[in-house]
Amino acid sequence: MSSSSDNSKMWTVRVRKATLEKFEPEDLLPDTQPAYVSSWIYVFGVLTIAAFLMLIVSGLILTLEGPAWWHTSKYGHFINSLHLWNVELFFLFMVVHLWGKFWMAAWRGKRTMTWVTGCVAFFASIFTGFTGYLIQTNFDSQWIATQAKDGFNAVGIGAYFNALNTGQALLIHVSLLPIALGVIVVAHVILVRKKGVVPPIESSL
Amino acid sequence: MVFSLFNLNHPAHYISVGSISVSPGNLVMVVMAFVLFGLALALPFPGHKSDKNGKE
Repeated sequence: MSSSSDNSKMWTVRVRKATLEKFEPEDLLPDTQPAYVSSWIYVFGVLTIAAFLMLIVSGLILTLEGPAWWHTSKYGHFINSLHLWNVELFFLFMVVHLWGKFWMAAWRGKRTMTWVTGCVAFFASIFTGFTGYLIQTNFDSQWIATQAKDGFNAVGIGAYFNALNTGQALLIHVSLLPIALGVIVVAHVILVRKKGVVPPIESSL
Repeated sequence: MVFSLFNLNHPAHYISVGSISVSPGNLVMVVMAFVLFGLALALPFPGHKSDKNGKE
């Protein structure tokens, strides 16, 4: 049987200690927030996450059932519409969140990576939304794909991503991008918790 | 038979101003974003109290 001093050399103990030192539970799940957070403009980040979670849930149902189901059944139409309207809300909330953070210069106080991960999440969301439009399997998606492939070819990335390849767009949309976006969003939220919510500009003058 | 709430049996309508071309639905979303942003800054947050000088 090993002693406690031997345990301290175990990689699990070292990883746990390093993680707790870097990400203290009090920072990740705080009991209180600064007074300046009592404003509606600070609500739009979590609203964006709520819409993102609804997108994941409705997207999983669409993935399990497939295009024939979401085009022909009433329940399929409903879940398809739920997915679409959550995309609208997701971008609506994210844009208001972005404007709020831009005008309060949210990269202040060593929050550069928080801002950068937010920007990366924004651009990844645009590409996720785009691949989503490509896989509707209707006239709208055909029109978007044929127009977009000219654009991609014009800027030289047509060799890497073919907008007319529905199978490629489908796999990117339902596997690669949700995982990538999920990781970026988790990193973004952890950074927000670790660095704290950015104060208004006047409070730091 | 399922009927659409709106008649979609016609070419799509776009609002064009100069080089900008936007569908009415997308324009509504853009206007909503500006309205929400304004309201988020202007509306008081429930449960938030401050004295006459604006201090907490």
